[in-house]
Amino acid sequence: MENRMSLIVFSGTADKLMAVATLTSGAVAMGLEVELFLTTWGLQAFRKGAAQATVSVSKDAGDLGPALLEQMRKKQVPGWLETLQQAHELGQVHVYACAMTLELLDMKLEDLEPIVEEVVGVASFIERASESRITLFI
Amino acid sequence: MPEKPGEIQIDKEIDARGSFCPGPLMELIRGIRAIPVGGTLALLSSDPGSARDVPAWVQKAGHELLGTFPEQGYTRFVVRRKR
Repeated sequence: MENRMSLIVFSGTADKLMAVATLTSGAVAMGLEVELFLTTWGLQAFRKGAAQATVSVSKDAGDLGPALLEQMRKKQVPGWLETLQQAHELGQVHVYACAMTLELLDMKLEDLEPIVEEVVGVASFIERASESRITLFI
Repeated sequence: MPEKPGEIQIDKEIDARGSFCPGPLMELIRGIRAIPVGGTLALLSSDPGSARDVPAWVQKAGHELLGTFPEQGYTRFVVRRKR
């Protein structure tokens, strides 16, 4: 068992990406290595410059979505990408892009934020996740 | 544990008031790395999560929590870097 947390980042809405960034920070603080596997809408959100445009909230939030975003803006909560970058500076955070989604969205590694370090297939991610203490799908 | 904040010599103070979980904790980690071993740091946090997170991190990271001092609307945590 590795002292590691693996997150499958499927969602591309601001609220869920905020959860990804916050959990990553907490894990890094407590000495865990973190691996993010970006896929589908989660990968789309890491397209260069897309972070500023991720202003939608998951449909689960209903009418509360816009209110939450407004609160975050008013209280000057740092953005999810900024929070993730800070965690990356402080500890071991590895961000991987799902090869298939990259193909589907017609993107290359260079089109993504520099925090994304490599393109991987699902099998190699699962192989590593099976050795992680914590694995979550967000 | 000292009774009052004034009884401890502070080498560095970080004002993380207004910053949200996990912001203050991340600032504490950064701050501790910036002081020498044996140095002391005061963290001011208004985030209610810090009450649990700061002691948990300090223990995990092997440092020493010299005191937790509730103030008006925030808490002052005093930590000594041990390693």
